[in-house]
Amino acid sequence: MPDDSNPRSRASGEPEPGGFIPALLARVGLSRTGETARKTVTFGDPSAASGGRFWSILSVSVLAALWVLSSIYEWVNPIFWPAPGAVWDKFVEISSEGYRNFTLWEHIGWSLYRILMGFGLGCLVGIPLGFAMGLSRIMRGMFDPIVEFFRPIPPLAFIPLVIIWSGIGERSKILLLFLAALWIMAIAARAGVSSVKLSKIHAAYTLGVNRRQLLFRVILPNALPEIFTGMRVAMGVCWGTVVAAELVAAESGVGFMIMVASTFLSTDIVVMGVIIIGVVGYGIDILMRKLEARLIPWKGKG
Amino acid sequence: MNEAGLSVEQVSMIYELPQGGRVEALRDVSFQLDPGGILTVLGPSGCGKTTLLNILAGFLAPTGGQATFGAHEISAPAPERGMVFQQGALFEWLNVAENIGFGPKMRGVPAGETTARVEHLLDTVGLQGFGDKAVYELSGGMQQRVALARCLANDPQLILMDEPLGALDALTREKMQSLILKLWRDTGKTIILITHSVEEALFLGQRLFVMAPRPGRIEREYRLPFAARGFDESLRDIKATPEFAGKRDEILAMIWEMEEEIMGRTESA
Ligand SMILES: Nc1ncnc2c1ncn2[C@@H]1O[C@H](COP(=O)(O)OP(=O)(O)O)[C@@H](O)[C@H]1O
Ligand SMILES: [Mg+2]
Repeated sequence: MPDDSNPRSRASGEPEPGGFIPALLARVGLSRTGETARKTVTFGDPSAASGGRFWSILSVSVLAALWVLSSIYEWVNPIFWPAPGAVWDKFVEISSEGYRNFTLWEHIGWSLYRILMGFGLGCLVGIPLGFAMGLSRIMRGMFDPIVEFFRPIPPLAFIPLVIIWSGIGERSKILLLFLAALWIMAIAARAGVSSVKLSKIHAAYTLGVNRRQLLFRVILPNALPEIFTGMRVAMGVCWGTVVAAELVAAESGVGFMIMVASTFLSTDIVVMGVIIIGVVGYGIDILMRKLEARLIPWKGKG
Repeated sequence: MNEAGLSVEQVSMIYELPQGGRVEALRDVSFQLDPGGILTVLGPSGCGKTTLLNILAGFLAPTGGQATFGAHEISAPAPERGMVFQQGALFEWLNVAENIGFGPKMRGVPAGETTARVEHLLDTVGLQGFGDKAVYELSGGMQQRVALARCLANDPQLILMDEPLGALDALTREKMQSLILKLWRDTGKTIILITHSVEEALFLGQRLFVMAPRPGRIEREYRLPFAARGFDESLRDIKATPEFAGKRDEILAMIWEMEEEIMGRTESA
């Protein structure tokens, strides 16, 4: 086990500790660098808790090692938890040969397609709805109770209804995801509109804007950070919901794959599917965050 | 009354509080301001300064009296009456040049003309080379320079400023005072500036109103030579003259008394 006190005292000793070892320690997050190196109060300072990359690598490695060891020494029955090799083999097999009429990529593609459609429609309706609620007393009055009522209902509770309405085809799942994204986006847009500083609105009017210009040149860009945060939340919820919906009723998709595999006790495929859900979900969030940093650099700077 | 003059007649503003009760923020405020004049307004907080400025900008309709600018009664905001806020009114999604060019762009001024005007204004407020910087990367003083330039870009006839330098440190503040004086001289705009600082009010005001609270009203008016003298004398020299110091002490004593009275009233209430 590395000793935390040692590299830390070294880093605080000199302004720029040279050499390969200190540089490496700093790089993996074992020693403190820059500003933090000279701080004497660290417990409670949020910046002191960041940059622990070494510990991330460690925790993931330990988990992976445990998994490998457990399969080598057969600590658990593979029906309950498969060996990493078996999961990898299934991954290779399904990537090339497919599973239930679709390759792995097509399953993932179907899940993503449903999300994009449902999420897109949710944005298309939810954002204007949120704007209307943020800008008009009548709209706010009319839609507040509706939005607040639907917000706490988990989208999955609508699955039975949605299946009765539209069967188990694409429409039912897209409708479900639409409902999942709609309230989140409406509330985010409403919050974004309400967050505008009155002095900005006043400034814009003294600069000669009309209502349309105020809407698109001031209120919209001002609301974008909140809208984007809502999109990230909605994306996460949609991803979770699509998998769950596919578990119940579908003929393709990652959730469908897991569901079918489980009826055959193919735990290796189930675990592979779960890992893919995690990786894709994480990937979507990273993508959204990158996009946010690119598109809305002024976030939190108002 | 001259064409671009401001006329305020018996303006009153009473806020009805939602839980009942009313605040008389302004009672019978009347004054005239000639084009090209600079007026500073001073007073303890809560005496209705912001309310008065919001009425002149057209954000609020007074409960009594009326304010006229040029030939028209003020009833809504208009580009002829520009406003500089204390802080946080810049558009953080636009860079410095885009902020300054916002007004002309919205009003349909050709892009080439706007660009030239923005370049000129960057120069005027001492921000040459900062056009493509993000506004949130600038210091507070520089942000207020952008706010001034954005207001000037629209070529308003009247400029309203609500404690524009209130959030700045003392040194930056003095530099900005000189800049405002220079802009007033060079552009000949009519300016009303609200401030908490007695020195600022004395130095920048050709005329100075000291307002008193409950009800908000103009308590005293001064006509002052310092703004005009600021054209060729340095700000520091003017502030060091006995004349300036005398006025400062007089006004400070007046405001001190008002504050004491407010404290007394709230304690006995
Ligand atoms: N929207 C409002 N509703 C109720 N009272 C208000 C409102 N705005 C200001 N007031 C009251 O009016 C008085 C004057 O306020 P204001 O014009 O902001 O004063 P100042 O800018 O001089 O500090 C204060 O007592 C304040 O509490
Ligand atoms: Mg005020």
